[in-house]
Amino acid sequence: MSFIRARRAIAAAAVTAMAFSLPTASIAEPVVESIHFLIPGGAGGGWDGTARGTGEALTKSGLVGKASFENLSGGGGGKAIGYLIENAESQNGTLMVNSTPIVIRSLTGVFPHNFRDLTLVSGTIGDYAAIVVGKDSPINSMADLLEAYKADKRGTAIGGGSVPGGMDHLVAAMVMEAAGEDATAVKYIPYDAGGKAMAALLSGEIAALSTGFSEAIDLANAGEVKIIGVTADERVAAYNQAQTMKEQGIDTTFVNWRGFFAAPGLPQDKLTAYQEAIAKMYDTPEWETVRARNGWVNIHNSGDDFRTFLEGQEKVIGDLMKKLGFL
Amino acid sequence: MIDGILIGLSTAFSISNLLMVIGGCLIGTFIGMLPGLGPMSIIAIMIPVAISIGDPSAALILLAGVYYGAIFGGSTSSILINAPGVASTVATSFDGYPMARQGKAGKALTVAAISSFAGGSIGAILLMIFAPALASVALLFHSAEYFALMVVGLSAIAAFAGSGQVGKALLMTLVGLMMATVGEGALFNQPRFTMGILDLQSGFGFITLAMAMFALPEALFLVLDPSRSNSGGSGGDIKDLRITKAEAKKIAPVIGRQSIQGFLIGVLPGAGATIASFLGYAVERNLASKEEQAEFGKGSIKGLAAPESANNAACTGSFVPLLTLGIPGSGTTAILLGALIALNVSPGPRLMIDQPEIFWSVIISMYVGNVILLFLNLPMIPYIAKILAVPRNYLIPFILFFTLMGAYIGQNNATELLILVGFGVCATLLRFANYPLAPLLIGFILGSMLEDNFSRSMQLYDGIRFIVERPMTMGLLALAVILVALPTFRARLVRKKELQAAESD
Repeated sequence: MSFIRARRAIAAAAVTAMAFSLPTASIAEPVVESIHFLIPGGAGGGWDGTARGTGEALTKSGLVGKASFENLSGGGGGKAIGYLIENAESQNGTLMVNSTPIVIRSLTGVFPHNFRDLTLVSGTIGDYAAIVVGKDSPINSMADLLEAYKADKRGTAIGGGSVPGGMDHLVAAMVMEAAGEDATAVKYIPYDAGGKAMAALLSGEIAALSTGFSEAIDLANAGEVKIIGVTADERVAAYNQAQTMKEQGIDTTFVNWRGFFAAPGLPQDKLTAYQEAIAKMYDTPEWETVRARNGWVNIHNSGDDFRTFLEGQEKVIGDLMKKLGFL
Repeated sequence: MIDGILIGLSTAFSISNLLMVIGGCLIGTFIGMLPGLGPMSIIAIMIPVAISIGDPSAALILLAGVYYGAIFGGSTSSILINAPGVASTVATSFDGYPMARQGKAGKALTVAAISSFAGGSIGAILLMIFAPALASVALLFHSAEYFALMVVGLSAIAAFAGSGQVGKALLMTLVGLMMATVGEGALFNQPRFTMGILDLQSGFGFITLAMAMFALPEALFLVLDPSRSNSGGSGGDIKDLRITKAEAKKIAPVIGRQSIQGFLIGVLPGAGATIASFLGYAVERNLASKEEQAEFGKGSIKGLAAPESANNAACTGSFVPLLTLGIPGSGTTAILLGALIALNVSPGPRLMIDQPEIFWSVIISMYVGNVILLFLNLPMIPYIAKILAVPRNYLIPFILFFTLMGAYIGQNNATELLILVGFGVCATLLRFANYPLAPLLIGFILGSMLEDNFSRSMQLYDGIRFIVERPMTMGLLALAVILVALPTFRARLVRKKELQAAESD
């Protein structure tokens, strides 16, 4: 840590020196001198990619002078949240990446804290959810799936990559609920890896799979699956063939967001600077490169919008989890 | 399949991956030569390095290279100083060490290298035929069959444990299964057995556990048991690596037979290189003529060729269940499986379809690894063997350093170090008490898969009906029962014979 801080100080000094020596230079002055990204999981995961990608876009575009990264895994992300809160005073230069599970896991009490204990900076990107079936499945739409489900409720299982009560399960339940079925009766089968869930889909163990939309696009492009419904408001340009749930008369939307949080009690001027840097990032070509490379969807919710969004999601998910018996 | 082979060729023959194979083989040979450090310890030490590479193909190629290198290095130390690095090269020392003492160390090393090469290469060809066939069958498997397969894998541990070790092996498997239940399972969305410790929420880290079971105890063992660490230091007098035509003719049929037999034994989950090498030695001894039989144990080149080709073919064979079913057949493949999962690759029947470049490049790199071991290592062996003379007090700190660093890097969580040291000390004590540690690791790896597949089947069939409703599940479970019952049955048979013999006296 002290090493990182020392490096940050050097970087800050360098930036200041540059600003003094080149008063008339046309290089845009960084909005924020440096950001330290705290990643609650190990290297290579979704959180890791989001933080490093965002850091790359911010530094390369010159909006932020220097970015450093720290992986702090443990407790499925809970350790990093606790760390940020306990060391709030020394963490004013830190942004922590997080996503939908912070809402779900706070509700179940797996995390002792929730998003209200942190300073909300900005939601940045997201991914819709999708229901897919195998390429040879007789099911071609949500209507077909519902028909098959009504014909054999115990034999038509939906699989997903999260634990029962996790995101994929909630999406499946949400969709079935909106289609007028009893969400508690839907058989949800959890798999711990995407590959295993796909194998189960193709061997006929499960009838449909609840998964992230970007992953579903990859599988559909590989000719392995058919996407029968996506939880977006409108069709998504990245895969225009996929019908939305709304189009098929199932009034539900869901987005798995990713965004950034800061330590509680962050001074207002710092918060504004972070939010400004992130807001400006969307217009830079550097961000577009990172975004396109990862197939992310821009879903920007800053400050109070972020709070409204999170509270809305917490309410919807909380109600559903109560109904399903997870709360 | 041709497409796959071409993808594999282009991946394996990229410059960086070739360097991985060469580097892996050299590192494996170097460390594998040290008495006490077997493939499992070396792979455990190398996992963090492999994971930091990031590219799963390259990482697996590196680890596979380390694996073959370690086995080759192990036979070198068996031959030169009668100190087998691993159980699977114990049979190598039966005839290899006598040959070295007769001044034929060079010849013994050549025979070992050629036998290993042939065993590995024939094994790789068989793997190319077997794996896709098995994978296409496995595509039809449901969770119920996977559950039954895990049960078979666990019962095989009992069947293939050494005599007097069955109870200990089963006990260690049970400990492994219990450790797998810590943290959040797939069945419940609440953490179990974490005692409120946040760091245990996602369970024990596999890499930490592998290091604690295999890397740390080996290093501590070398410190605590000095009798194992005095090396012969006979690295200097290796000359005349050539073998005659007559000798080559003599060992060719042995190599052929043992490559196939070794491969088939390696495919069985729970068996592996050790059993293959002993069985290979025994079979060839029985097949040999009377006068040749007398030579066994006194420096017979047949007796050296048999275990060497068998253990290498078995190592290759153990990749079949790993790559096609995602089931580790041995402690070493259990460690490889853990590494793959850490790299976001889930081995199983879908691997060949989803990530053909990983599947095929590993197979192709097996050939490359074998060729490198033959042509690069053999001429260099006299120099590499000098490492046997390096004092242990320089080597042990290095091993300890890499172990501790490896557990910390990647997670950046200091708690991992406490877990590592805690379990490492326990594992060292267990080693002193002669408890096998590989079953624990296999139990740990299979435990969560066993539970997940069982709970999925329970949900899908609303109970345990799936056992009777799915004939393939029933068949596999019956096989598991036979595997557990077999050692007891065999022991009883032996006792009966002894009794009869006693009566007839």
